[in-house]
Amino acid sequence: MNTVAILLSAFVLSVVALLAFIWSQRRGLLDDGPEGARVIFAPGEEGRIEEPAAAPQEAAALQRSVDAARGAVATAATQADLQQRAQADASSAPVVFFFLCCAFVWLVVASAAGLTASLKLHLPDWLSQQAWLSFGRIRTIHLNAVAYGWAPMAGLGIAMFVLPRLFGTPLVGGRFALLGGALWNAGLVAGLGAIAVGLSDGLEWLEIPWQIDVLLVAGGALVGVPLVLTLLQRKVRHLYVSVWYMGCALFWFPVLFLVANVPGLHGGVQQAAMNWWFGHNVLGLFYTPLALASIYYFLPKVIGRPVQSYNLSLLGFWGLAFFYGQVGGHHLIGGPVPGWLVTLSIVQSMMMILPVVAFTVNQYQTLQGHLGALRWSPTLRFIGVGGLMYTASSIQGSLEALRSVNAVTHFTHYTVAHAHLGLYGFVTFVFFGAIYFIVPRITGREWPYPRWIAAHFWLATLGFSIYFVGLSIGGCLQGLAMLDAAQPFMVSMSLTVPYLQSRSVGGALMVASHLLFAAHFVALILGRGPERTRAARIGAAVGARP
Amino acid sequence: MKDEIKLIAGGMVMLALATSALVVLPYLQVRQVEPTPGLRPYTAAELRGRATYIAHGCVYCHSQQPRAANFAPDLQRGWGRASVAGDYAHDTPHLLGTMRTGPDLFNIGARQPSDQWHLGHLYQPRAYVPGSLMPAYPFMFDAKDKADAGDVVVSLPPGYKPLGKIVVATPEALDLVAYLKALDRSFAALPAKAAPASAPAASTVAR
Repeated sequence: MNTVAILLSAFVLSVVALLAFIWSQRRGLLDDGPEGARVIFAPGEEGRIEEPAAAPQEAAALQRSVDAARGAVATAATQADLQQRAQADASSAPVVFFFLCCAFVWLVVASAAGLTASLKLHLPDWLSQQAWLSFGRIRTIHLNAVAYGWAPMAGLGIAMFVLPRLFGTPLVGGRFALLGGALWNAGLVAGLGAIAVGLSDGLEWLEIPWQIDVLLVAGGALVGVPLVLTLLQRKVRHLYVSVWYMGCALFWFPVLFLVANVPGLHGGVQQAAMNWWFGHNVLGLFYTPLALASIYYFLPKVIGRPVQSYNLSLLGFWGLAFFYGQVGGHHLIGGPVPGWLVTLSIVQSMMMILPVVAFTVNQYQTLQGHLGALRWSPTLRFIGVGGLMYTASSIQGSLEALRSVNAVTHFTHYTVAHAHLGLYGFVTFVFFGAIYFIVPRITGREWPYPRWIAAHFWLATLGFSIYFVGLSIGGCLQGLAMLDAAQPFMVSMSLTVPYLQSRSVGGALMVASHLLFAAHFVALILGRGPERTRAARIGAAVGARP
Repeated sequence: MKDEIKLIAGGMVMLALATSALVVLPYLQVRQVEPTPGLRPYTAAELRGRATYIAHGCVYCHSQQPRAANFAPDLQRGWGRASVAGDYAHDTPHLLGTMRTGPDLFNIGARQPSDQWHLGHLYQPRAYVPGSLMPAYPFMFDAKDKADAGDVVVSLPPGYKPLGKIVVATPEALDLVAYLKALDRSFAALPAKAAPASAPAASTVAR
């Protein structure tokens, strides 16, 4: 294959696609106008906050800060306005609750496995007598518990909560999702057990044996059923931007997972290309869209203000859909794969800057003048930081795809830090925020200890900052030492030790924050804590509970 | 974008493009690549060892893809010439790896051909490489009072043997070492007439 031809055609295709978007927007073909951004509000609701995670004083302060930014006082809600949403919440509550409970369990499991792996990297003789606790396995258990436990359970739970609200109709067929979720979790337990005893398909991100993957495929398909059934019942004319992301993510993932796990199909170098097509797309076309959809819903919802530019969100969506799918080859720069494949992926990695900038500008403009709201809303604080980390990790990822940068960072801990910036700083933080919003709505109970939410936020932020900064510096130095032929290889290993230790310190703080978060959830379920007067379900604040 | 069919169709077309580029085209181009001349299939013991390599997740710290000289000094480190697609003709699943917490192992068999070194290093890496961060794999070995017939006794540097016992390799450890020693691609990547002048000196022991 002619490299120049591929490079040129990829570039031409990308630019043509971009021009087509600009043209179509000028013509208003894809544009529903600002009305599209308003579908998440009931008539007259704009300017009114919705923040179930805030304590009463915080909520009042949040409303005052939004009123001040708008220069107008929000009208009081009426029961009728919110009835549709209350029904949607009530219909999805049992299913969402189930998924979030699973998410909490996997969060704790994954945190424990991750911290163990981190410690073992600088204490190699610690717990070395059991095979399942050796680094190669506990690290893999950590990755799979995050990738197939915490992230999808939280993401799907959030989607299950948001979509009925966006379709203006109760969730239909929730029982399919419960069965699907049960199958999925059974598959994951079996998969982690298989990894622990040394049964693995051997590919990063695809370790779970394909025989067990069948359970995950069946479970995933069942989870999709109620979403399709609900979509068919929708009462709204317009599909909001969050629906595009969530809808496509739920169709993309099964294709990725099926193609990647067909036994006997892939082999040799081709399998490596497939491996990173999957590995990067499960991030880019599954977790990322689920998290972006959450931002597009919760951020405007909390501050009662529609997304600033609906056109930009269109550009962000289609840009992500087009460019992100093709970036996986940048994991094989310098490897024995066809050159055109790597070049194509580098080009598309750089093009990813476009949708990322579109998203960033859009969110910044939406929040502009409302930054004070970050102080009062726990949901917004997590989601705001998460959104910023999306920008940071994406730009960082684009730069890492450049050959000159990649030569230094590729085989090092720098990549590990980058991966956590995306999946933790961005996706997990956004999911934290969304869960703080959702739980009061589906359980009818408020978070009992507001200070625990603040402690969770600061512990996680501080811990992750230490984690990221330390590991990035260590990874850089490691890469530079490896490139210097005058230095023995062992130098590149021993110089990382203090940075690996700092990662364990940061990781321990992150784990502590997760334990606090999980304990808070348990306290809420058990009805502990001071009695709170403000009702947690929507609509309840203006009258009787629905 | 009112129509969900259009949305999903658009999304799937985008994914189809990506899949064509990163899965289908490589499948057509390099799935059935000819093995590099000189590459032999793995033996049964080596394949069992490869399964052990996978089971213990060695790939998370060791790559198997030496890079070209314009990219990294892998050749100078004795890791071998840059690998080509044909070198992986018998490798399913692939084990190219993405980390070099430890060194590249694509030619470890060429630069470290000693069974005893490998066995002792697996039992306790720090016995041979001070400061190594590699996990020890003591569970791949038996500590015994005396060796039985057919046992492979691991000779360890002083201070690393359990008190009053001898260390014997399990079949799992022996297979893994067989696989590691099979990792030797010190033959030329191209047919002899087109071979580059800088043919790899992969037998040099360097770390």
